[in-house]
Amino acid sequence: MGFPILSILIFIPLFAGIAILIFGRKKPEAIRPVALVAASLVLVLTFILWATYSIENAGYQFVEQFSWLPELGISYHLGVDGISIAMLVLTGLVVFTGVLVSWKINDRPEEFFAYLMFLATSVLGVFSSLDLFMLFFFLEIAVFPKYLMIVIWGSPQTRVYGGMKLTLYLFIGTMFAIVGSLAIYFVSPERSFDLLILEKAGFAASVQKLWFPFIFLGFAILGGIFPFHSWAPDGHVAAPTAISMLLAGVEMKVGVFAALRVAIMLLPEGARYWSTWILVLATINVVYGAFIAMIQKDFKYVIGFSSVSHMGLVLIGFASLNYNGLLGAGLQMFSHGVMTALFFSIVGMVYDQTHTRDIASLGGLAKKMPFAAFGFIIAGLVSMGMPGLSGFIAEIPIYMGAWQVAPIVAIIAIISIVITAAYILLTIRKVFFGELPAQYEASVHDISTKDKIAIGLLSLFMIGIGLLPQLMVPLIESGVNHILALLGGV
Amino acid sequence: MNYELLTWLVPVPPLIAFFVIVLFANRSNKLSHSLAIIAAGLSWLLSMFIFVWAIGPKGVLQKPLVSSINWLPTADTFLKIGVQIDALSAITLFFVAWTVLMIFVYSIGYHNYGQPKGDHDQPGLPPHGATVESANAQSHKVMSIEPMYARFFAFISLFAFAMYLLVVSNNLLTLYIGWEIMGLCSYLLIGFWYAKPSARAAAIKAFLTTRIGDVFMLIGLASLYTIAGSLQYEVIFSEKVLQSLVQNASPFFGMSWAALIGLLIFIGVVGKSSQFPLHVWLPDAMEGPTPVSAMIHAATMVSAGVYLAIRFFPILSAGWEGGTVLTTPMLVMSIIGSFTALFAATIALSQRDIKRVLAYSTISQLGYMIAALGIGAYVAAAFHLVTHAFFKALLFLGSGSVIHGMEHGVYHEGEHIDPQDMFNMGGLYKKMPITFATFVIGGLALSGFPIITAGFWSKDEILSSAFNGSFLVVFIVLAVSAFLTAFYTMRQITLVFLGKPRTNAASHAHETPITMTLPLIVLSFFAIAAGWVGIPKAFPGLGGLLPNWFSDFVGSMLHGGEHAVEHHSLIPLFTSLFVSLGGLFTGYLVYRRMEKKTEDPMVWSLGSIYKMLENKYYIDEFYTKVFINPAKWIAEKVVYIWMDLKIIDGILHGISNFGLWTGNFLRQKFDVPVINRGGDNLAKSTKFIGSEIRITQTGKVQDYMFLALALSLLGSVIFLIIIF
Repeated sequence: MGFPILSILIFIPLFAGIAILIFGRKKPEAIRPVALVAASLVLVLTFILWATYSIENAGYQFVEQFSWLPELGISYHLGVDGISIAMLVLTGLVVFTGVLVSWKINDRPEEFFAYLMFLATSVLGVFSSLDLFMLFFFLEIAVFPKYLMIVIWGSPQTRVYGGMKLTLYLFIGTMFAIVGSLAIYFVSPERSFDLLILEKAGFAASVQKLWFPFIFLGFAILGGIFPFHSWAPDGHVAAPTAISMLLAGVEMKVGVFAALRVAIMLLPEGARYWSTWILVLATINVVYGAFIAMIQKDFKYVIGFSSVSHMGLVLIGFASLNYNGLLGAGLQMFSHGVMTALFFSIVGMVYDQTHTRDIASLGGLAKKMPFAAFGFIIAGLVSMGMPGLSGFIAEIPIYMGAWQVAPIVAIIAIISIVITAAYILLTIRKVFFGELPAQYEASVHDISTKDKIAIGLLSLFMIGIGLLPQLMVPLIESGVNHILALLGGV
Repeated sequence: MNYELLTWLVPVPPLIAFFVIVLFANRSNKLSHSLAIIAAGLSWLLSMFIFVWAIGPKGVLQKPLVSSINWLPTADTFLKIGVQIDALSAITLFFVAWTVLMIFVYSIGYHNYGQPKGDHDQPGLPPHGATVESANAQSHKVMSIEPMYARFFAFISLFAFAMYLLVVSNNLLTLYIGWEIMGLCSYLLIGFWYAKPSARAAAIKAFLTTRIGDVFMLIGLASLYTIAGSLQYEVIFSEKVLQSLVQNASPFFGMSWAALIGLLIFIGVVGKSSQFPLHVWLPDAMEGPTPVSAMIHAATMVSAGVYLAIRFFPILSAGWEGGTVLTTPMLVMSIIGSFTALFAATIALSQRDIKRVLAYSTISQLGYMIAALGIGAYVAAAFHLVTHAFFKALLFLGSGSVIHGMEHGVYHEGEHIDPQDMFNMGGLYKKMPITFATFVIGGLALSGFPIITAGFWSKDEILSSAFNGSFLVVFIVLAVSAFLTAFYTMRQITLVFLGKPRTNAASHAHETPITMTLPLIVLSFFAIAAGWVGIPKAFPGLGGLLPNWFSDFVGSMLHGGEHAVEHHSLIPLFTSLFVSLGGLFTGYLVYRRMEKKTEDPMVWSLGSIYKMLENKYYIDEFYTKVFINPAKWIAEKVVYIWMDLKIIDGILHGISNFGLWTGNFLRQKFDVPVINRGGDNLAKSTKFIGSEIRITQTGKVQDYMFLALALSLLGSVIFLIIIF
């Protein structure tokens, strides 16, 4: 076993968070730098993982394994494949930019930044786990920081409702997933929670068909699958900016990632059996989310529902169960994560200055905060699937993959991009162009340098992947090939 | 010379110019326009090298140039990109290079380079003029420079990049990328003056309308990819794939896959090339600066649509073996094309805005090309695409020059009139002689003035193809449209240039600077000469004097030559002559005596029809009522309020109310202290979900934290119970 890079990655934010909680009250000036240093380290480590992961060898790398509860088949088992690396990089980016845009938070900052760090640990842990028990463990420890951050720092009108709704939904989802996971644990020949062992367990078709929906749906609820999506917009809107970024940008990916890793990879037969149903639900996600986003009057709800719509594309990619679909889904997870983090960060910047999210009373902000307008337009173009940006690279394979299994799904999904274009353009027109209301003439200023760095970094990744897809595609592809092998496709 | 490398390089300079201007040069106007023009010049130079090679003895007639690389090292091929030069891309490259370069040069003058900054100009609005002190201390108003001058050059560079990319690409994926970037550029440039509400609306309309077409095109691409396994031209247009496309039936209406895919791609063309019923965006696109109109109407956007249709002809016509039995896509194309040609020509009759007349004429002329393709006149369609690009770029730039001259007069006189309204003009031939001469050349080409203009040769070829192929309805509709075209063109020329000035501004208009007139002169050369390369051999008198190079060259694209009949009947020729000269003459007769305040003779002669034409057949209103409003209503009332808030959240609230009830029930019946307290909190907090009560925040957090703890504790207990 080599250098335990994954453990270090996971525990940096945890220790940073504990340190902030303990010393933050006495040395408040150190809170933000510590958080920023920890986030930077996480970001750098994920980049190192990205750069050093060997695509030729593929498979799970940087593996660490210690025996933990051997009698139950539980071990501390970490390791990453191409898709997890992409998710880790995404987490690094969103946590780093999340710290930057939260710089101004002055209400109990030590708790805020500590919780943010705990959340990072949780997410990084899920993406690196190769043990089902660990995966659930990391998934569950996210609940407290998430819930607390929404109800303490969230938007005063809806935070209690939004926080509660989100927490309950996530509990329900996790319960389903736990039930299904335990079921397959008990039928597995080796009684192990180890994902690598379970992958090879070769469950009977009947077992797969029975328990797949529990696990898949349970996790997919975390990814906002219809009709269990309604926590997402309410939760995102209620949350403070950095948490909206993390929730929509990363937490929803946690859900679909786990659905892929546990449900599809362990129960490929089940996935085949249920794929039509997933396609139906996911297609509804896409159209439904886009439609509702179109008529929202609240700036943040537009983005909230757009996430519901875009996550539908990820699920469509999964359910097509072929090379193109899975490749596109993996890329879309990354692309959407970065895009929606950028969206929410800008919504937060606008709200901080205007104190409203009502689209009708905003306008002409491009004049006051041109860089924010630039970032929003880039994110908007990504969400419309404009070539040259990461969204196109992700969506085209999804459409192609969906077409191969169910052309009608591809048709509906493709048509929805017109609706997407409509709501994005109308929002841009109103908020960033149009008339600047008189009261903002003096009160609104340009965004801070830290905000600009955050916007710049996120935009850079969307443009970079869009122009040079080879940065990301082979990585995802190596993971996809493994899944296809499990599916018996290649 | 390595023509493969040159072809790869063609689109690159404008892209570099775009990035350099946006990132580094946007503070310097001079640097920005220099970069843009050098880039356009380089691309032009590369294109000319390639063109000369392509038409030469070692050129594409021997073997088209194809070169591709893996954009992505993936197992699949659809992300393979590459370039290709064949006869069609060579001639397209030729006219794109010329028109783009001319438009770039023209933009310097159009955006008033070298003029002072405006008094009240701000980004997002057209310049409103500046006050300067002249030598004898008298202040007067002059034109002012565009406030976002550098940004304009960045955007049109990106636009040019997208078009070059589309033309040189050897597969539908990169073509689609160029296609979409163009959609974005049209959005950015139509909405260039974004502080004008009308410009913002027009930009969104253009983007969304073309996007509707794009969506169908993307569906077509996806299905084509699934069947052919590739989007490379050499694969999808190969005999093998074409055969399988024709022979296999698609699941829709018993059409073959070729027909279905052809139709889907054609819908994309309808959007991009602004054909009925997706034509509504093009007239509104006039909100952008005039060079943009020229870009959209001639060099890029709409030409890209027709280019794709021509490129896609093997699939559109797959299974067609000449004769009048057309394939489904061809039939649809000939109907939509000829209908659009007539429909748009009638609207053009009633327009007062100089640019709007041209906009509708573009729609109408594109209809000719689509109709020509529909009846299988491949070469004629390509020919008209080329000649139209030249004379329409000329006309748009000419109209921009006229407006510019008029604005000069407006500032000079301080009159409050619309400088784009043709009824405010008149007699400009004296004031703006170069603009006048070139505009007349462009106008005559558009009307198909016999023998000397390029428009005559290409339009005549379409008409004679229709006649000789026995598509009489198409022939008649197009001939009537040609008459109307000649009429409204002469109406325009007469109203703008001839007669006496009808406003003070018109009498003080001024010829525009050399940067604007020079492109006009260059383009008017092509508006005439471009026709001489395609004189049919059978043309009486002139046929055979010059070789019909165009037909030989572009016709080489078709396997086994064109199906068109070779003999040249005199009926279409006389029809061409009659409609063109007749239309021009009538137009002159009707409008030559226009005075100030005289009503447009159209108004009383057409009566209520005029009202309908003026309102463009109420199609915008129709779309708003039938599509946009219901879509909004469904989204808001049905999907959001009814489905999301009432049903889904209703169920959720029902469940939580049930939880509340259960909590109460448990508390009252089983008064166990520990459960009691947890249930209390659960009940209390679920109440908030049920009634969405806004509460104040302080002091309650601990309760929720406790609840969360309790819940997760419960979860863990269940978990452990299940395990053991």
